Amino acid sequence: MSSVIGKFEASLRARRESGGKILVPYITGGLGDDWIETLHAVADAGADGIEIGIPFSDPVMDGPTIQEANDKALAGGATPQSILSAIRDSDIEVPLAVMTYYNIAFRAGDTRFATDLAEAGISGCILPDLPLEETGSWAEAADTAGIETILLAAPTAPDERLPLICERSRGFVYGVGLLGITGVRESLAASAMDIAGRLKAVTDMPVLIGVGVGTPAQAVEVSTVADGVVVGSAIVNRMLSGAGPDGVGELVAEFRSALDDASS
Amino acid sequence: MSTLMGDPGADGRFGEFGGRFVPETLVPACQELEKAFRSAWGDPEFRNELSTLLADYAGRPSPVTECHRLSEELGYRVLLKREDLNHTGSHKINNVLGQALLAKRMGKTRLIAETGAGQHGVATATAAALMGMECRVYMGEVDMGRQELNVFRMNLLGAEVVPAMSGSRTLKDAVNEAMRDWVAKVEDSYYCLGSAMGPHPYPWMVRTFHEVIGIEAHEQCARILDGGVPDVVTACVGGGSNAIGIFSGFVDTDAELVGVEPAGGAAVGRKVPGVVHGSKSYLMQDEVGQVLEAESISAGLDYPGVGPEHAHLAAIGRARYESVTDDEVVEGFQLLARTEGIIPALECAHALAWMSRAREELAGKTVLMNLSGRGDKDVRQMMDVLGK
Repeated sequence: MSSVIGKFEASLRARRESGGKILVPYITGGLGDDWIETLHAVADAGADGIEIGIPFSDPVMDGPTIQEANDKALAGGATPQSILSAIRDSDIEVPLAVMTYYNIAFRAGDTRFATDLAEAGISGCILPDLPLEETGSWAEAADTAGIETILLAAPTAPDERLPLICERSRGFVYGVGLLGITGVRESLAASAMDIAGRLKAVTDMPVLIGVGVGTPAQAVEVSTVADGVVVGSAIVNRMLSGAGPDGVGELVAEFRSALDDASS
Repeated sequence: MSTLMGDPGADGRFGEFGGRFVPETLVPACQELEKAFRSAWGDPEFRNELSTLLADYAGRPSPVTECHRLSEELGYRVLLKREDLNHTGSHKINNVLGQALLAKRMGKTRLIAETGAGQHGVATATAAALMGMECRVYMGEVDMGRQELNVFRMNLLGAEVVPAMSGSRTLKDAVNEAMRDWVAKVEDSYYCLGSAMGPHPYPWMVRTFHEVIGIEAHEQCARILDGGVPDVVTACVGGGSNAIGIFSGFVDTDAELVGVEPAGGAAVGRKVPGVVHGSKSYLMQDEVGQVLEAESISAGLDYPGVGPEHAHLAAIGRARYESVTDDEVVEGFQLLARTEGIIPALECAHALAWMSRAREELAGKTVLMNLSGRGDKDVRQMMDVLGK
């Protein structure tokens, strides 16, 4: 099935075609007063795309770090609208995707939410509790609004399921690195390499691995097979520790240079 | 099979509600579960094994009790379906024995459960002990405080009780933690969900395991009422498992079906659709879609959502849903104790509260209420409430 390549996917493909590995950091939207500055710092540190979490009250796919960030952002008054309007005013060049849970989109209405994202300059959207079979009405609205719906592929998927996910995914395919929720682990799970290889075998779309990729060394390791990584909890940990935009930017730069060194 | 409450099909839909809104990691597990349940339910050996356990271990059938003194007090005829007399003290055992047998058949060695008041947690810990399985129960930290006897019972039965510390630290958060556990341990663990909610096939499977309540009650009422059916069938509704079980036996009759929700957790009463914990249903939420915290005197009904089949029955007008305040519930709790010598669970006291309030509307009718659990677990909390 052919589809127009969106801005998010184009940026990722450009990195891959230049022989580099793709880096997509995740930050929690609305976390602290300086999160937009953090967004700029992450962009300047060499991100190929950035994932921005819109906090949800019941994030079942997320571990303690992102839960804490969610709670703090919500307690600080963050709403989908406040996050989107800050993004709209931010003039970020790097393509952006939001990650939230489906009820946030459903409550606004699929079409309205997709349009709101597009108007804020967002390119992509990840809804981890909206698996392939339930994407219907959302994906249609997102396609119409020009929003790339990024689907997840998990280690538990049987072989025949992976091509179906890749075919419906836009932007990239998000390979889930382990059986579990988001969070930094001591070492890379074997399942990360495995799902990366299985996805690369069935798609030409950029394959990124996230969940359990928490250090530059782990990013390099999994990128020997995958096209790149999504790094979430490690970066949000840094945001929560009060390192500020510069501190977060430094961490992203470490991931960037480790990936660059490994692919040069 | 009922025409109104049938098989929700491969996509798990009850009208516009239901579905399978879970992280991709769990989709194959839900598909495998659906396949295993369809196969088990069609297998006479499985059905026979479950029936034997329900009879010889859980004590089924549970009786229907004619309430003479309560009827006199309320001015209409009251029948109680006595699920409080089951082993472990509530209807929860019906579902848990079914799911634990299924888990064993699927080769799983570990049960995960969430619990609110602790009744489902106790039932799951019981089934795990019976079948020699490992068991971990997630329970909101607030609920562990107000239901400490049930925490101790679960420990006695060999289960590990883990406090859910996030959000409101009640049932909703226990479900989140159980789902996170399941995502991580999906290969050897079985998520024994306690209500008729969650991703497909749970709402349908849990209802099916509780249909025994409705089937028995239908026969028992026919005997008591000379072949007739009650005018009204009522039950409390949190997630809605006991209600869906008894409704299933009467949905194809002329009986009016009335679910009773706590005022602070009236998902159906507010009629706003949403998606959480795996299915589309009615959901208490704010204007941008953040889930609201329910507030109820009863830990078992302290839940902002409701099972999708209830949303469907409400949407098509086949069942109606009323809500009652905590104060009315305290009255209902005492009413049954005083008039019939039965201490009800606080959950069931919601239905009693509505029955007491609606006595004019119900005058002259016959009302069957599902007494889904006994109140021993609530006695300590009621000592504080009543200032004794």
